[in-house]
Amino acid sequence: MQEDSYTLITNTKKHTHALEHLLFEEKKPKMATTSTSTGDIKKTKSVEVKKKLNVLIVDDDTVIRKLHENIIKSIGGISQTAKNGEEAVNIHRDGNASFDLILMDKEMPERDGLSATKKLREMKVTSMIIGVTTLADNEEERKAFMEAGLNHCLAKPLSKAKILPLINNLMDA
Amino acid sequence: MLGLGVDRLQADINRLLTSLFHQGVLDEQFLQLQQLQDETSPTFVYDVINIYFDESEKLLRSLRLLLMDREFSDYKKIGLHLNQLVGSSSSIGARRVRTVCVAFRSASELNNRPGCLRGLEVVEHEYHYLKNMMHELFQLEQQRLLAAGVRYPM
Repeated sequence: MQEDSYTLITNTKKHTHALEHLLFEEKKPKMATTSTSTGDIKKTKSVEVKKKLNVLIVDDDTVIRKLHENIIKSIGGISQTAKNGEEAVNIHRDGNASFDLILMDKEMPERDGLSATKKLREMKVTSMIIGVTTLADNEEERKAFMEAGLNHCLAKPLSKAKILPLINNLMDA
Repeated sequence: MLGLGVDRLQADINRLLTSLFHQGVLDEQFLQLQQLQDETSPTFVYDVINIYFDESEKLLRSLRLLLMDREFSDYKKIGLHLNQLVGSSSSIGARRVRTVCVAFRSASELNNRPGCLRGLEVVEHEYHYLKNMMHELFQLEQQRLLAAGVRYPM
């Protein structure tokens, strides 16, 4: 008997909840630790405080910005958006921007993802930058994008399952 | 009595979605969208699909205007519009629309105007089919919520 779509949803939800449990919940409180700049978890004997993941979403497509915003929200993060690479760079110009993660689309008007990533690294921005490519991008284009200063590259469409392992590593670092 | 109505509507929704998956109109990414809908974003799927419709119609209008121009030669612009359509279609799980956009894009990369015109017709056809199906789905969902006595702020 063929699985209907709602059974599929339920099974996928269970898997995603398991990932979220791994990422955001600690069953045993640990001893106090020193805090670091971003993505740290301050712990005491009895209370755990988790810093919210702060994400910049850079994409010229409204649908994709909305989707990525909700993905970040669903894992307990907060986000800001930029419509292209130039906006993303401008957000960082005054030196006060502090994002744990930047999701950077590759093809955008005004300033594309490759150029924006290079510029941000020149400006000493140390956020994790994940490049978001399409299946149309060939290996050479992806390589050039990585070499611009990305930490990782993912192909569209993004999903919680694709992004959670990378965020897990970020939080552990 | 109410319970039977809700169950029947839910069954209709399941049947429609299963059919759309079987036809290849939707793919797994649509399920990802549904997973993101919860009590804090109760209308997320409806909202994001409507944004997709608004943005796609702008792009399709622009594509038609470009191709109807007898002096047309800006295949690069066609390619950029199609990249956007491919990206947004794949992000909502609109598999068939995405597939025909990729074929259209191949014609534009060859500067093939008749191929582009044909491609545009096919994309418009698939897009309108998707839109009609989504409207049917949302209507069923709305009826189901009303039958279940659920109210969401819109």
